[in-house]
Amino acid sequence: MKQIFVNADKCTACKSCEIACAVQHSKGKTLFSAIMEEPAPLKRIFVETDGETKMPVICRHCEDAPCLNACISGCLYRDEKGFVRRKKERCIGCYTCIMVCPFGVITMDKTKHIAVKCDRCHKLEIPACVNACPTGSLMLKELDDFLKEKQKQAVESAAVKAAAL
Amino acid sequence: MNNLIDKAQASTDNATLAALEQAKKANIETVWDRYQAQLPQCGFGETGLCCRHCMQGPCRISPFGESPQKGVCGANADVMVARWISRAVAAGTASHGGHAKHLAHTLLKSAIGEAPDYSIKDEAKLKAVAQRVGIETDNRSTNDIGKDVARKALEEFSEKDSPLTWAATTVTGGRVDSFVKHGVVPTGIDSEVAEIMHRTTYGVDADAINLLLGAVKCALADYAGCHIATDIADVLFGTPKPLITQANLGVINPDAVNIAVHGHNPLLSDMISQIASDADLNEKAKAAGASAGINIVGVCCTGNEVMVRHGIPLATSSVSQEMAIVTGALDAMVVDYQCIMPSVATVAECYHTKLITTMPIAKIPGSVHIEFHESNAKQTAQTIIEHAIDAFKKRDPSKINIPTIKSKAFAGFSAEAIIEALALVNKDDPLKPLIDNIVAGNIYGVCLFAGCNNVKVPQDANYVSMIKELARNNVLILSTGCASGAFARQGFMTQEATNEYAGDGLKAVLTAIGEAAGLGGPLPLVLHMGSCVDNSRAADVAVAVANKLGVDLDKLPVVASAPEPVTEKAVAIGTWAVAAGLPTHLGVIPPVLGSKTVVEVLTSAIKGMFGGYFIVEPDPIQAARVLLDAISERRKGLGLSVVEFATEVV
Repeated sequence: MKQIFVNADKCTACKSCEIACAVQHSKGKTLFSAIMEEPAPLKRIFVETDGETKMPVICRHCEDAPCLNACISGCLYRDEKGFVRRKKERCIGCYTCIMVCPFGVITMDKTKHIAVKCDRCHKLEIPACVNACPTGSLMLKELDDFLKEKQKQAVESAAVKAAAL
Repeated sequence: MNNLIDKAQASTDNATLAALEQAKKANIETVWDRYQAQLPQCGFGETGLCCRHCMQGPCRISPFGESPQKGVCGANADVMVARWISRAVAAGTASHGGHAKHLAHTLLKSAIGEAPDYSIKDEAKLKAVAQRVGIETDNRSTNDIGKDVARKALEEFSEKDSPLTWAATTVTGGRVDSFVKHGVVPTGIDSEVAEIMHRTTYGVDADAINLLLGAVKCALADYAGCHIATDIADVLFGTPKPLITQANLGVINPDAVNIAVHGHNPLLSDMISQIASDADLNEKAKAAGASAGINIVGVCCTGNEVMVRHGIPLATSSVSQEMAIVTGALDAMVVDYQCIMPSVATVAECYHTKLITTMPIAKIPGSVHIEFHESNAKQTAQTIIEHAIDAFKKRDPSKINIPTIKSKAFAGFSAEAIIEALALVNKDDPLKPLIDNIVAGNIYGVCLFAGCNNVKVPQDANYVSMIKELARNNVLILSTGCASGAFARQGFMTQEATNEYAGDGLKAVLTAIGEAAGLGGPLPLVLHMGSCVDNSRAADVAVAVANKLGVDLDKLPVVASAPEPVTEKAVAIGTWAVAAGLPTHLGVIPPVLGSKTVVEVLTSAIKGMFGGYFIVEPDPIQAARVLLDAISERRKGLGLSVVEFATEVV
């Protein structure tokens, strides 16, 4: 399955991914209709910084997902594509998933009193956040392809260093 | 890059599409490519929720009610959005004001003998303007009157201790009362721009409503600036009278030295148009191989200026300006200021076309700069034409591909020309036929189309859908600026369009006036009133009708629409149209939706203050319906007959 990868070097913290995420999870699916909706749609991606690096923090749909393991009500499940998703009606609002998520990307819907998380835009070919990213910081790739590219880059930078010596 | 364009999304103008196809083949980047490359555009910018007014920012507010809801200084969404509108209005006002000042300086120089190539061409207009603004005309020379009018106009720019003369003397008494009541009386054009810059800077006005009222005051200064520009352009170059010309890329003549005048002010374009018929220059052009001599064509609003005064054909307008160069047969594009995409320099590099900039405030790398001064205008115009003749010799025949598409276009319907045409029906009381037909319902209402072509809308699509819907419901159509360009290119400024699209009542009225004017048929479906600065012409007609009826502007069945707006100037014009009492439609959503307060004020609450209000509706058919409903509401208010419109879309 393709995964969302982040290149923090390319993130300008424009937050376009946050807006696109909220719009995708709105009723009307357009920005101009979404901002009129009550309650307002919620984003599932968070642009954060440690003061130096800026990058979007996003659900990794972990292979051994702590949230999935911790969910006591049977709300969270892994779908046929491998995405960790919710059966919303089963959420009891215990927020154990929020406690155990190592990335802090599961949040609380304060009107519905349930947990909210990334559904990897399972109905879309390309997730809204990736589609909205103007710099290519957010990428949708097969893990193997991602690795291949990193490995090639490692060779290139080694070659550059060697040439410089 | 060119593969990104979906042609149907680019334009509905076949000439533009043909040229775009040519651009694709030649791998030339166009406005549509650059738009695609910008997508997705920033949601904070789209909703007006980013602020870069100080160095503690940039700040953004979440449009979805999450944190942050305030900028670093504490400004909330309402303040950010209201400040954006204010600054947009100020920029528009500065643009029209700069244009008007330029004309006023030239009139003054002409009157005192420092601009020998300019003269007062329309004495009747000069006297009418002088009398309106309180300048003595009896037993005075034309130049003396001109000098005083110019000085009076220039006084309008700095802060006065009285209301702007060009605003106060050109609107109804009711409007003046309303402006006084709401504290929006402008006292200086440049000073209102400066005041907006002051009140929107770090830590000044944080009350969205107060900011919006400030924007209205500045917009009324813009109205005065526009009116000065139109008045003085008419004085120097003549008040437009109806004429027949042509529009679209097909007006570019393969056998002529083609020179496009592009931008806004008539100061240079009119001079170029005047000397283009010079025998020596035409001989030079012919000697260079251009058997048809010199052919001047217009682009955008300076194109409209020379179109309505001299019948100079319009090559194209607004979003498709690059396409004039892509024909491969444009030898020079001469520009002054406003709406000139810097990209024309890049496109010109792919051809022999010389891009010539002329204004000290508007240079573009890659162009030839021939600075224009009023003191030797003719000489400058001649030099420019000679450059074009030189460029003609370097044409690459393999790159020439001019779409043969062009439309006939009636133009030149100034307020004076409309009154004159009406006087042919009723000599003693020219407005009576217009008013009688509005009362009888033959003219259900009036819609002024203004504004631009926006790359976000398939070029002209909104104009074409709206005019068909409004005209078949007997709405009289006026147009200015690139709205005029759209209707001219698309063939709506013809008698045939009247016969095809006008409802029976409207057709009968246009036919009666057209036949009285000796046209052997109706007036065109759209009355081309001039450039975008000339929206004051439409206001003049509306004010005359209101005064005649003894009602204020906000009671008339008159509406305005900018179906495809782009510029800050459009924001300024739209805002004064609302203050003038008109329901005013925008077909592209401006960056204001981030503030519910501002949206509510501009689309609803402001109606209670000025009678006018904004209608934001991207769907053209729906927009036409809303405007028809607004007209019906006004007609009801006046006790006139009202039509129930079918709800289904035809």
